[in-house]
Amino acid sequence: MQSKPITLTILDFVSVTVLMIAAYLALFFAPTEAVMGDVQRVFYFHVGTAWVGLLGFLIAAISGIAYLVTKDLKWDRFEVAAVEVSTMFFFITIVLGSIWARPAWNTWWTWDPRLTTAAITELIYIAYFMLRQGIEDPEKRARFGAVYTLLGGISAPITFMVIRLFRTIHPVVIGNQSAAAQGGFDMTADMRTAFFFALFAFTVLFIDLIWHRIRLGSLQEQVEQLKLNASA
Amino acid sequence: MFLETTPDTSGYMIAGYLITFFTMGLYVLSLFQRNKDLGQDLEILAKMAKESRSKPSRPSKSAKSRPGGKSKTKKI
Repeated sequence: MQSKPITLTILDFVSVTVLMIAAYLALFFAPTEAVMGDVQRVFYFHVGTAWVGLLGFLIAAISGIAYLVTKDLKWDRFEVAAVEVSTMFFFITIVLGSIWARPAWNTWWTWDPRLTTAAITELIYIAYFMLRQGIEDPEKRARFGAVYTLLGGISAPITFMVIRLFRTIHPVVIGNQSAAAQGGFDMTADMRTAFFFALFAFTVLFIDLIWHRIRLGSLQEQVEQLKLNASA
Repeated sequence: MFLETTPDTSGYMIAGYLITFFTMGLYVLSLFQRNKDLGQDLEILAKMAKESRSKPSRPSKSAKSRPGGKSKTKKI
């Protein structure tokens, strides 16, 4: 087994620290929004997790291209890591959005364009793992994964842009929102501090988790190789 | 219409943050557990590989029974 690099240990510590600071800023530092009350505070982590979620899906698509060009299995490990970590973060995004929607829109869920595209994106990547498991040959599996994430990656910019292109009730905090949007608000300076720090904290945590997942992937590969040698 | 007081929605906020930290914690635990399991598998497989390398190569039973014969099996 490979020993854990010191940089990764430092990154673990930094990730936990910045996440705690982000939680403090979101829960205590940022002012309470007058119309929605405390539930607006989930917005900081909602956007933070959505940012790394969509970023990871794009990284996976780029890794897919890199694998198809080079045929190097390290890109497959990178792709799996990006998809797994992002699927987890994007799940949190959807749950937080639903919790915020209950008092803001008076419903847990509605088939609004943003919510629908987000749900489809999450399902695409859950299906990715289910389909991958059915392929035993590592090269075939990697080729399938590369093509799948390349096509699935299209859903990330669509999900991001949909509230800027279509009539939707989902608010746009940065940029122009649809006339039908409900629950939008103007950020104060303190809110902006909490918001940008949350984006930074989730980016650090994302890098840390991806690194751990890549290490797990290479360990998996070693075990698979030894099993093949033992059976031969 | 303007609301006179800010509504108390702190319950939703607490639920949101609890779910967030619980999900992330669960994922970290799953990474740790998978890493531990694979480490054990790797140890066992490495041990098996080492044992099979250290064993002296013996002729098979069928080769022993047939004087000067090769250990071929009959195709049925």
